[in-house]
Amino acid sequence: MTAGPAMATAGPVAAPGRPVRAWTAAYDIRLALPLGAFFLVFFLAPLALLLLVSFYADPGMTRFGLDQYARFLLDPFSLRVLGATLWLGVEVTALTLLLGLPLALLLTWAPGRLRGLLTLIVLLPLLTSVVVRTFAWIVILGRQGIVNAALLGLGLTDTPLKLLYTEGGLVLALAQVQMPLMVLPLVTALSRIDPNLADASAALGAGAWRTFLRVTLPLCLPGIVAGCLLTFAAAITAFITQSLIGGGQMLFMPMYLYQQASSLNNWPFAAAIAIVFLVAVLACVTLLNLVGRLSRGYAQA
Amino acid sequence: MSAGAGTTLILDGITQRYGTALAVDTVTLDIKGGELVALLGPSGCGKTTLLRAVAGFLKPTEGRVIIGGQAVDHLPPNRRTVGIVFQNYALFPHMSVADNVAYGLAARGVGRAEQKARVAEMLALVRLEHLAGRYPREMSGGQQQRVALARALAVRPSILLLDEPFAALDKNLRLDMQIEIKRIQRSAGTTTLIVTHDQEEALSMADRVAVLNAGRLEQFAPPTDVYDRPETLFVNTFVGTANVLHGRLATGPGGTRVVALETGGLLPTVTALPDGTRVAACLRPQHVAFATGGEGLDGVVEIGLPLGATLVHEIRLDGGARLKTAEARAAGARPRPPGTRVRLSPTAPERVSVFPDSRH
Ligand SMILES: Nc1ncnc2c1ncn2[C@@H]1O[C@H](COP(=O)(O)OP(=O)(O)OP(=O)(O)O)[C@@H](O)[C@H]1O
Ligand SMILES: [Mg+2]
Repeated sequence: MTAGPAMATAGPVAAPGRPVRAWTAAYDIRLALPLGAFFLVFFLAPLALLLLVSFYADPGMTRFGLDQYARFLLDPFSLRVLGATLWLGVEVTALTLLLGLPLALLLTWAPGRLRGLLTLIVLLPLLTSVVVRTFAWIVILGRQGIVNAALLGLGLTDTPLKLLYTEGGLVLALAQVQMPLMVLPLVTALSRIDPNLADASAALGAGAWRTFLRVTLPLCLPGIVAGCLLTFAAAITAFITQSLIGGGQMLFMPMYLYQQASSLNNWPFAAAIAIVFLVAVLACVTLLNLVGRLSRGYAQA
Repeated sequence: MSAGAGTTLILDGITQRYGTALAVDTVTLDIKGGELVALLGPSGCGKTTLLRAVAGFLKPTEGRVIIGGQAVDHLPPNRRTVGIVFQNYALFPHMSVADNVAYGLAARGVGRAEQKARVAEMLALVRLEHLAGRYPREMSGGQQQRVALARALAVRPSILLLDEPFAALDKNLRLDMQIEIKRIQRSAGTTTLIVTHDQEEALSMADRVAVLNAGRLEQFAPPTDVYDRPETLFVNTFVGTANVLHGRLATGPGGTRVVALETGGLLPTVTALPDGTRVAACLRPQHVAFATGGEGLDGVVEIGLPLGATLVHEIRLDGGARLKTAEARAAGARPRPPGTRVRLSPTAPERVSVFPDSRH
């Protein structure tokens, strides 16, 4: 609404500047050139190479064929690894959202000084190495770890529980490691919501839950979608955490791919795994984006 | 007016502190049922704070809010029957106009069929039936404002609060909406509190005006009283325009009271304040007359402006003070040329209001 008059006054100034705008557009493209070149050399080229390698029919890379894809898609073991990886992503994303949304709400509603402190706590994981964080979780979840020591000490259990090298432990660790990726977009979306909307809702007779479900939640849907996309993508490709906390019993796509490439030297199959993984992830992302598209209208309030 | 039909609203000694800052200082307002009261005051004087206290969005540091004889201080906003229209309307951007209006009805458990009927009724009231399917972002400011009004009225609130509802509207639309709100408010008999810093709006719409300054209630009276009989210097200068002259009270020849101006000259007045009191004397431009001989303040015309139906002059008094005058302009009349010597006097001594001077 306030943009109206501002635009109107800007009009006459911008009107004679039509060539200026064209010049600006040209300049914009040139500014993107270095990044474009970087992407071409370090992203698109390797990707094309990967695609090419995946079309070799044999590990020796002597002839072309779709054998690697057929091998993956017809092999129940490979499909199970793919399914387990995507499911891991879903579990981690769900847990991160469940824990991250209240945290984001707390952060948004907190008064100034507390807000700064909470933001720091949320950002802290991003400032430490993934390896360090993962080893911390090993210390926490191990047989002689903090959790088991506490449970034993309190007499809640006689024998140490197996927490490390379980899917539950892995989901928990990944959720903690990826938490900032969920909380930051959520906080951005939440703080964009006009605080008067919640007041308006209350004045109209709505209780706290109705206000949350009908006003706050739908309006921060773009943030939820963005957070889920980031968390999902990060969780399924978290090679280090997956391998260290998951241990040898659980196999996920990144490790599967790594084994094929570096231990078995089967580059074409590793490349095919990568491509299949990429396509599967893109499909998930597209699906999530579709949900986001439905909520796009809300964003520009 | 449907006074008595609506719900009474009493603000009883409301005080709001933010840290050590006093945003609202013991404001007491006794509002009759069906009355339209304007809260008028400069920016930051505590108008919104008072409104938020009535709605229940904040719990005042001290004081009580009494709606229809019931103290509501322990009730959260959703349990008070108070409708509010925010300055920025605060429409739900992800809901259509109809859904916005239906929101409060759904929250209060009104059945589907009745919701639909009431939404149609409300949209007809604000003349927006044809836009029921639109989203707020697809509408003009004035239309959004009417939706906000329909949404607030749909739940039949006993008290209606409007926070600068016309600030974003252009002049013509503003007048239309002022009349519209007055019409709706009268027909529904809803007790209404409207916040504004536009004095014309307050004077034209309200049954009574509460003038606030720096968190304090300066005067609570009908618009004509606020204008004609201001109780404080602030009200006199904030509502309408006034010339302010400083001086000391004295008794003139024949027992009449006068203000002996610091810059020289005597200004007749009517007051109960004792002689010797330092005062600020206020005189509205339209109450200054050009005298022909007799008593008065002498000066020269600095500039004269023909403003359509009125003639405005700025006079420089011999003592150095400046005085504005305004008079009806007869057909063909021109302003007096600069440099003309004139003698000024108030149209009547009662027109000169004096207030104890707080400058010293
Ligand atoms: N949350 C707050 N914390 C601290 N001070 C506040 C807060 N809200 C308001 N104030 C202060 O209280 C005073 C009154 O504010 P309020 O919003 O009621 O003014 P207002 O009369 O509505 O002004 P305006 O016409 O500009 O809207 C102001 O001085 C403001 O700075
Ligand atoms: Mg305000």
